[in-house]
Amino acid sequence: MQPIRTNHAAAKQDCSFARFGEGRSLELQCGQSIASPVIAYKTYGTLNAEKSNAVLVCHALTGDQYAASSHPVTGKPGWWSLMVGPGRPIDTTRYFVICANVIGSCMGSTGPMSINPETGRAYGIDLPVITVPDMVRAQAMLLDVLGIPDLFCVTGGSMGGMQALQWAASYPERVFSAIPIATAARHTSQNIAFHEVGRQAVMADRDWMGGRYMDNDMRPLKGLAVARMAAHVTYLSDEALHNKFGRHLQDRNAPTYGFDADFQVESYLRHQGSTFVDRFDANSYLYLTRAMDYFDLAADYGGILANAFRDTSARFCIVSFTSDWLFPTEENRLIVHALNAVAADVSFVELETTGGHDSFLLDVPELFVTIDGFLRSAAEMRGI
Amino acid sequence: MVPAGSRVLDVGCGDGALLELLVRDRGVAGRGIELSQEGVNQCVARGLSVVQGDADKDLTYYPDQAFDFVILSQTIQATQRPSAVLEQLLRIGRRAIVSFPNFGHWRARIDIGLRGRMPVTEHLPVSWYDTPNIHFCTIRDFVALCDHLEVTVERKLALNAHGKRLKLGPKAHLANLFGEQAVFLLRR
Repeated sequence: MQPIRTNHAAAKQDCSFARFGEGRSLELQCGQSIASPVIAYKTYGTLNAEKSNAVLVCHALTGDQYAASSHPVTGKPGWWSLMVGPGRPIDTTRYFVICANVIGSCMGSTGPMSINPETGRAYGIDLPVITVPDMVRAQAMLLDVLGIPDLFCVTGGSMGGMQALQWAASYPERVFSAIPIATAARHTSQNIAFHEVGRQAVMADRDWMGGRYMDNDMRPLKGLAVARMAAHVTYLSDEALHNKFGRHLQDRNAPTYGFDADFQVESYLRHQGSTFVDRFDANSYLYLTRAMDYFDLAADYGGILANAFRDTSARFCIVSFTSDWLFPTEENRLIVHALNAVAADVSFVELETTGGHDSFLLDVPELFVTIDGFLRSAAEMRGI
Repeated sequence: MVPAGSRVLDVGCGDGALLELLVRDRGVAGRGIELSQEGVNQCVARGLSVVQGDADKDLTYYPDQAFDFVILSQTIQATQRPSAVLEQLLRIGRRAIVSFPNFGHWRARIDIGLRGRMPVTEHLPVSWYDTPNIHFCTIRDFVALCDHLEVTVERKLALNAHGKRLKLGPKAHLANLFGEQAVFLLRR
């Protein structure tokens, strides 16, 4: 077996780091803590004198802090460069945009690949299991370091939307507006089931080595690639796949009656899997899918979702997509109902797309118009 | 009718024109709920706080007395259960403002009474088979409903075709005959 260097660790990180030194630790929901955590982050734009124009962008499961700038490993444009940038709805000429790598991830923030100060080797799966509230707590620590008392807006899609909701619930006095997109207040059992399939694929790979693969310069590439393939299907829609691939064959005129990638869609998925493993850590995949599975905002508030928002005066804009069957409109509607129950200031739009759950990352003009309108109005209220 | 600084919910707010007027010009804390996704999207793009929802089903999600005014503009005749909607309005708002086209207007009566056809007028412009209006009523019908629900009518106005107030004195049946639209200010 060929030992493989971990590409993402070797890549040059073009971002900032908040390193919390000796004696500082991140307290976790599970009761444990992470000593001397590190948070990698990018900022775009300039903080104004009143410190009132900060926008926190929260990335999703396999996202990172490079929301509007090239990814250091893949070289691709920022994952939300359609939404964040000069003249974009989240306008970096008006707002100070912060995007932090979540705790448990693998792009510079403390995660399973980070060195455990107690052992001198990577945490692996010795890292305590982190949750969405833990991610948000770390982000709050970052804001304190940056001297930002409160956010003009917190936003994100999918797991990023969960963080936005958690922000409004955990730090009601620090959030002026929130835009949770294509998300839910809890992971449903179907969501958990899909994630479990992915985790089992990773852990079934012999090269996972009980999570200690990094000690042997190995990586569970095949398992992680399969996990990504399965997940990717859930991010699309039946219609989108049909329109894009149909039953077309890949570079051939007839089926080969074998198990090669005969169909275009198979070739596409294999490509998605193989490019993913170059940029993402297998253990991080376990930790972050777990965090999403554990997310249940209502459970932390006596089982009643409305209670999570009782103390907030934030303005909310909830966005869902018709073709998103992973975080369907109905789940987003539950959030709206909970917000209505506390007479919160809420807008709710459902946008017609065929792109599935991935829609929040795609070029959807109606999405940009909506977010732009919402933010302009909020900025007027904020006085920025 | 709506003083500055009030908390207002516009039920069936369409593209947000009225809500925007109230928010921008009157300094009202306005929210909206609209059935059509297109309408909602237009509202939110204008910076208004509007959710997609159905007046017949989704008013139950709002808490009691959450608003100073709940407006139901030209919508009650399109709801499935107008009586239930009216009760919800007065649960979630201290006062309700309801406006509707008056089916008792003389033009409508001529259409039905003499021509034997469902009225198609300036304020009831759509044919019976295309119109979203499923619960027509006259001004006197509405007054009777308020009576039945023990709802207090604080003010009532009859308007002509151009939205101008008619000065008809207190006689309800004159308003019923000449008012194209009616606006009612209600409270429990």
